[in-house]
Amino acid sequence: MTRRYPILKETPSQTAGPYVHIGMNPNVTGIHGVYEADLGAAMKTGAVHGEEITITGTVADGMGSILKDVVLEIWQADADGLFNTPGETRGTADPEFSGWGRAAADLQTGQYRFDTVKPGRVPWRDGRLQAPHISVWIVARGINIGLHTRLYFDDEGEANSEDPVLTRIEHQHRVPTLIAQKTGDGTYRFDIRLQGENETIFFDM
Amino acid sequence: MKNTPDPHAGYAARDRAWHPPALHPPYKTSVMRSPSAPLLSLPTSLGEETGPVFGQAMLGDMDHDLVHNYAEPGESAIGPRIIVHGRVTDETGRPVSNALLEVWQANAGGRYRHKKEGYLAPLDPNFGGCGRVLTDEQGFYEFRTIQPGAYPWPNGGNDWRPAHIHFSIFGAAFAQRLITQMYFEGDPLIPLCPIIGAIPQKEAVQSLIAELDMTRTVPMDARAWRFDIVLRGKRQTLFENRLEGL
Ligand SMILES: [Fe+2]
Repeated sequence: MTRRYPILKETPSQTAGPYVHIGMNPNVTGIHGVYEADLGAAMKTGAVHGEEITITGTVADGMGSILKDVVLEIWQADADGLFNTPGETRGTADPEFSGWGRAAADLQTGQYRFDTVKPGRVPWRDGRLQAPHISVWIVARGINIGLHTRLYFDDEGEANSEDPVLTRIEHQHRVPTLIAQKTGDGTYRFDIRLQGENETIFFDM
Repeated sequence: MKNTPDPHAGYAARDRAWHPPALHPPYKTSVMRSPSAPLLSLPTSLGEETGPVFGQAMLGDMDHDLVHNYAEPGESAIGPRIIVHGRVTDETGRPVSNALLEVWQANAGGRYRHKKEGYLAPLDPNFGGCGRVLTDEQGFYEFRTIQPGAYPWPNGGNDWRPAHIHFSIFGAAFAQRLITQMYFEGDPLIPLCPIIGAIPQKEAVQSLIAELDMTRTVPMDARAWRFDIVLRGKRQTLFENRLEGL
């Protein structure tokens, strides 16, 4: 017989608060000299495989106001669809690409930016290939538990149309909230809306 | 008795009734920053079951000593000297080794070193307020700091945060990513706080309150507080007959 069997309760989440940068991006808020560089600020450590891309965007609240105090983290496969982590058993990921990035929105404008690579396709649980995508995690003051979403690419129409996650979304009119728009050569725009009209789909995964 | 993780089972879903809900109106900022549509529930897949891994080489020697990591040579941060320690396990009780913990906090007067901070309490020139540490093979961690002060914040007309330390925790998987806050046993502000009040169950609040630990307190130096952390675990499979004796 199979059953779920957790024996302890997960530590409850609490908001990251307005001063999250002190702990996660200290150099952004003028704390220099403790950590050499902010963790996750650079995802590439050398020449990487695949297409280098830049993703920019904002996170807006239910009134349409841009959050200036939000921090985003992303986790993704490399250009060949491999994760740079010891748990990756399908091959060896690009050693010059970490796959993990963290960015604080600009404290004045609320714009965030990731310099990364276009991920390859990764299999879903049943072996079907997912469309290229990036896992996104959002924390800020007022967010009691970090929000998970996914970023897909608008120039991957065919892969998106057969993606195991996108195709099982009941409210298909919301799927575009997960799709970054290509704005130029290697540049994409991905705006996130926490609430209300065009609210981004968030996952419990 | 042995539980064996089922590699195909993925991570157990979060108990959303245990965590604070996104919307908790007494915490006013949550009103406009909480999704109104339900979260879309999906099982975890490779991208959620893997995550970045960090190593000791990445850390500085002083990263786990907030008393000194921003201080001038020969000086130290002002405030009650404390040790915070504990163990990180997953929901199945397995230790999580090599977990990165990032911590941040106000100084002893309740003032943060941050561009957007406006509390009139003074900065401590020798206190930055950030630190980080990796758990050892058995999931244990320890860092040194000063006890942070309580501070007022603009929410209700007279809201004060109990003394707390913010924690960001990385397990082995992106699905385990967690941010929380640690509080101090006996703080009378705990039951008044709208941010803590977002947590529905008393037992869950209790699990965020560190206990004074005299066994790890260093005489004439620093008091110790124990704070254990539990991250999500993988679904387990086991045979019914093995349940006996639990
Ligand atoms: Fe705080």
